[in-house]
Amino acid sequence: MRWLSRYSKGLADVLALLIVIAVIALGGLALAAPAEPSPWRPLAKDGVHDPRSPAIGLLQEPAEALAPLPRDSAGNNVHWIRALETGAINPRSQLRPETTVRLLDQDIIIAKFGSMPAVKFPHRQHTLWLDCSNCHEKLFKSKIGANTFRMSAILNGEQCGLCHGAVAFPLTECNRCHSVSNDSLKRRPRAAP
Amino acid sequence: MISLPWRALLLAALWLLGCALPPGAAAEYGDVVLNQRSDANGVRPVVFPHWFHRIRFRCKVCHQELGFEMRAGANQVQMADILDGKFCGMCHNNQIAWGPERCDLCHSALKGTPPGIVGGAQTSGPGKW
Repeated sequence: MRWLSRYSKGLADVLALLIVIAVIALGGLALAAPAEPSPWRPLAKDGVHDPRSPAIGLLQEPAEALAPLPRDSAGNNVHWIRALETGAINPRSQLRPETTVRLLDQDIIIAKFGSMPAVKFPHRQHTLWLDCSNCHEKLFKSKIGANTFRMSAILNGEQCGLCHGAVAFPLTECNRCHSVSNDSLKRRPRAAP
Repeated sequence: MISLPWRALLLAALWLLGCALPPGAAAEYGDVVLNQRSDANGVRPVVFPHWFHRIRFRCKVCHQELGFEMRAGANQVQMADILDGKFCGMCHNNQIAWGPERCDLCHSALKGTPPGIVGGAQTSGPGKW
């Protein structure tokens, strides 16, 4: 009977191999399918909302709100600045009439001349959303050169990482911040702020 | 010990499962779960969707005018304050948005969901949360 058990084991292995080939073929077909799934999960299936909560069906679904907005490839899959600038959204800047809405159009170049391109920090895009006090003086000092930036801290949710990687575009998008070639700066070591 | 073809089958099944799942960890990028007190008080934890609110309000409205600290977990949001018109209660007052008596609309998370930022896209969010 030993030959039979050996034979059946061999048969089982062949069967498993055939299933592997079928699975890979099916997977390939599924990947090649042109229909792109929505990048936004329904609330009931997002792993956070309770599918039995009475809120499901009343709360707005991400796909309904976000699909019409300018697309991005990371985060919410929405290019939020473009959404503001094109007028796709027009969020309020204040609730109280006495609040001063502060805007600043000024770029800061942070150059360490390492292997990565230098960082351009645009105040304009940030102050469209935020107030000065959200970053200054606790998170960053207002004086040029007074802040020491570290990617390790940022990746750990400090400094820029307080928002980038949590609510603003994620830290996978290196080149959006590291956007200024060092060569273009070496001729002008301190770019005009 | 599983034979090689069966191990391959297992791996292929896992790979297919990975392909079938939608991208992203869970929830929507920037969602915050508030659960410092909810579970203990027998209500569902709160889901705060940044994506929904930023369509209607700029960050500065809540993080400057309303006084929400930008660090998740740094805000002690109590229902008594909301009823007094502070924090969420600045808008959730039946004038700008639904009022605080509609508990279920905010308290909508699965019980036992830990507090913090969820849905951190490709980076899985900062390590600090």
